[in-house]
Amino acid sequence: MSQSVMFMIDGVQVEGRAGQSILEAAGEAGVYIPRLCYKEGLSPHGSCRVCTVMVNGRPMSACTSPISLGMIVENDSPRVAQLRRDLIEMLFVAGNHFCMFCEKSGDCELQALAYRFGITAPKYPYMFPKREVDASHPDIFIDRNRCILCGRCVRASKELDGKNVFQFVGRSAEKRIAVNGEALADTDAAVTDAAADACPVGAILKKGVGYVVPVGKREYDDKPIGSDIEAKRPAAGS
Amino acid sequence: MAKPKIATTSLAGCFGCHMSLLDIDERILELVELVEFDKSPVDDIKNFTGRCAIGLVEGGCCNEHNVDVLREFRRHCDILISVGDCATMGGIPALRNTVPLRECLDEAFVNGPSVHNPDGKYPDDPEIPLILDKVYPAHEVVKIDYFLPGCPPTADTLWEALVALLNDKPVELPYQLVKYD
Amino acid sequence: MAEILEEAAIREICQAHDCNRARLLDIARAVHKKCGYISGHAMNLIADELSTHRVEVESLVSFYSFLSDKPRGRIVIRLCNDIIDQMNGAQLVGRAFSEELGIDFGRTASDGAITLEHTACIGMCDQAPAALINDVVVTNLSSDKAREIVRELRQHTDPQRLVKHLGDGNNAHELVNSMVQNNVRLPGPSIFSPVNRGEALRKALVMSPAEVIRAIKTARLRGRGGAGFPTGMKWEFARAAPGDRKFVFCNADEGEPGTFKDRAILTERADRVFAGMTIAGYAIGASEGILYLRGEYAYLRPFLEHVLQKRREDGLLGDDIFAAEREPAPPKPAGERDVHRRPGTAGRRPFSFDIRIQMGAGAYVCGEETALINSCEGMRGDPRNRPPFPAQEGFLGCPTVVNNVETLCCAAKILEEGPATFNQYGSEQSSGTKLLSISGDCRRPGIYEVSFGIELSEVLEMCGARDAIAVQVGGASGEMVAPDQYDRTICFDDLCTGGAIMVFGPGRNVLEIARSFMDFFVEESCGYCTPCRVGNVLLRERLEKILDAKGEPADLEYLEALCRTIKTGSRCGLGQTSANPVLTTLKNFRKVYEVMVQEDREGLKRSFDLQRAVAEAEELCGRESIHNHV
Repeated sequence: MSQSVMFMIDGVQVEGRAGQSILEAAGEAGVYIPRLCYKEGLSPHGSCRVCTVMVNGRPMSACTSPISLGMIVENDSPRVAQLRRDLIEMLFVAGNHFCMFCEKSGDCELQALAYRFGITAPKYPYMFPKREVDASHPDIFIDRNRCILCGRCVRASKELDGKNVFQFVGRSAEKRIAVNGEALADTDAAVTDAAADACPVGAILKKGVGYVVPVGKREYDDKPIGSDIEAKRPAAGS
Repeated sequence: MAKPKIATTSLAGCFGCHMSLLDIDERILELVELVEFDKSPVDDIKNFTGRCAIGLVEGGCCNEHNVDVLREFRRHCDILISVGDCATMGGIPALRNTVPLRECLDEAFVNGPSVHNPDGKYPDDPEIPLILDKVYPAHEVVKIDYFLPGCPPTADTLWEALVALLNDKPVELPYQLVKYD
Repeated sequence: MAEILEEAAIREICQAHDCNRARLLDIARAVHKKCGYISGHAMNLIADELSTHRVEVESLVSFYSFLSDKPRGRIVIRLCNDIIDQMNGAQLVGRAFSEELGIDFGRTASDGAITLEHTACIGMCDQAPAALINDVVVTNLSSDKAREIVRELRQHTDPQRLVKHLGDGNNAHELVNSMVQNNVRLPGPSIFSPVNRGEALRKALVMSPAEVIRAIKTARLRGRGGAGFPTGMKWEFARAAPGDRKFVFCNADEGEPGTFKDRAILTERADRVFAGMTIAGYAIGASEGILYLRGEYAYLRPFLEHVLQKRREDGLLGDDIFAAEREPAPPKPAGERDVHRRPGTAGRRPFSFDIRIQMGAGAYVCGEETALINSCEGMRGDPRNRPPFPAQEGFLGCPTVVNNVETLCCAAKILEEGPATFNQYGSEQSSGTKLLSISGDCRRPGIYEVSFGIELSEVLEMCGARDAIAVQVGGASGEMVAPDQYDRTICFDDLCTGGAIMVFGPGRNVLEIARSFMDFFVEESCGYCTPCRVGNVLLRERLEKILDAKGEPADLEYLEALCRTIKTGSRCGLGQTSANPVLTTLKNFRKVYEVMVQEDREGLKRSFDLQRAVAEAEELCGRESIHNHV
């Protein structure tokens, strides 16, 4: 059993274990910290910045920052919410997110976060970048229009599948996901790979199963993302 | 006291949002008690007859006519609402935004599989509004006060938002009513 | 046949680097030099030799601007397009290059011989406009010179032959052979003072490592790269960190636009830099050091290798440094006697330390210490998440100290003359001297060593820029200072800077300058985190609208909020400072913005330009819009 570490989050004392990240420890205590590039079971990435919290007044990504004794974390505050809203809106305008025909709609974590934050339209102008689609593989396709560069596929392929199917190439706004070959079909990607299930948006999807669950009955259609974590929170006063 | 007026239009959209408005079913009777429809395809009034309390805009701007109509709406309406994904982010018409304009026109009028156009010219009647370089969301052309995304936004979404605005209440829609699909 | 030979050459390059994955950047640079670019086939070969994956090689190649996966000319002309070069006529020079070659920027001439590109600041703002032609630096360019250069290159294809007059000091050394001028206008008491070779290191080695660190702390030395972290504390962390293998890195990735002091230090005081690294190695318990030299300064590499070799030969570097002096017996020649030497130190344990040079390949972000470490490990120059900090887990997971070139010089100087001498200069919080790289609208651009605490007005007086209407302190990521603030001082508590002072005279537009800086950040963002990758593009977009007279008053609040989000949300120093040009011009030059924006009373968006939006359709359809676009 790891050593217990007490810290504060939004004015509430929380107990975590030494070595845990703020995001993990908060989650166990029923405090949801919004996130996109983080996925349980993968090493943290710290790239989307959606999990940014104020730690003793300084911004830090909750997924990469370990808890420490007496740390004061600000998660649910207007300024943190505003930052997260801005980041989510940035991701929307930087890609081509056509939710109305995306198979992932309703199960998409980016969309779900926008719902959770009550975003009706981004304040930033849409960029409409030109992006490539790779449908070469028989069972999986990549639609880079929807990619938010969270790197979950990169890490899942390396850390869980023991492969190296995906990697980032380019830099700045030209950064994109590439595959280990000319096209996805040239790689050893398989539909059973963890990487095929790792994408939070509709950028990497399995073929042929898009509408097994109808729109309206999907994960985030009725309840906000993070509700499962928040359900673990002990009732006030108990 | 006169009833407040509402105007609606469909720009680069599919009229699906208007259909959704009609989907409020019997509540439409309540609505006409509350408001009077001005310029709108619902009553086929072509020109504004006066100042409107609310303008509902479906669709983004894909040609210069859309821009004119949208600007007219802004000038005549106190509150302007982007209704649906097309007005909000360009929607399906904006799929062309990553394709060069010439390619789009060639596909539509010259090379498309169902096109019969022996001289290979684009239609050039001066009455046809010129197409814009890309499809613009409404709020990139005029100031928009509220957004009701969705493809289309549900009848309940439209109803709740209108009722709130007509009663001078803040538009605070429940989680289930703000969706992008 | 040629392909087989090339294949053999690529495999040979990999093997010469022990097929070490961590040397991928060196391997890629070598393959690039050999083949002119790195093809998909070459990536496969490298991946095969290094037992990695092709996409990993592609990932690295696509990151660095000096590496290309498409064929390029044997000669690449890279014209610097930073704001200072632009002010000095880089645009005309660019047009001359372009016309003479018959190609646009980003293209290769039809014969495949010469490629023309733009590049970010190459550290020659004091002799702008300047360009890199392969590794050769050409300075003080004009349209005529540009045309002459192209004609000559077409004849002899040897960029080195473009150097007709050598620069001052070691620029004329046969291993540098460069037309670059040092332009050290004010050599101060520290950095450019004469080097008593071996003295600082000798004094350090008779002290205990803890004493060395204490000396650095007593001198209150803080990092000279811009952030100002206390050097002694950094060394102490690394010393205390567990691990047998530790590293000292010298950050010579001087990429901040407007900064060029390290260029002169490396040219004239390389020995002092290497002494500083060796002392740091002794202090933290490291035996390996790496000098990360930006790709733009490749012309200095042979000379620096020579200095390193000379130090090895003289017992100042390599195995068992000062071995002879460790023995109690041999008497030292008079004059070299060390007053600080205390009994017992003769028996100290042997200390070995060596240094290698790692070349960069065109990426500003590699100046960020964790990005620099990644780059040295043969990875993309993405900064790392912190914690852990490099002093705990850096290069190859080992405790690593990364110090700026100037900081290491200061460290050597402190050991040479003692902390008290160092402390004579500067102030309590900012002790010592600072090198300033001054460029722009001034009569005497160049390098000045000043005491911390100097007023900006004094700096302007010194360099001949009394009429400056704005001064950017700290490079692109710094602060734009207005004339009513010229009484502010250069120090860690006020204008904290790596030393870049860019002077803007009458007639310059601070908004245009800010836009130029945003171009730079958009290009140089590594793209890892959302706010920096997307936010900077958005910032530039809105700035351009305002410059285009399409802005609205609300855009100013929009810009401020966006700046805050980028600053707060970004993962590393690049994104945390990239909004500064906008933020500080908004603060200090608000009126310039205010006259550019206007409210539309009818609620229309001024930024939407109908005329522009229909222009393409008018052309394609061959008719004009019937609408009144006024």
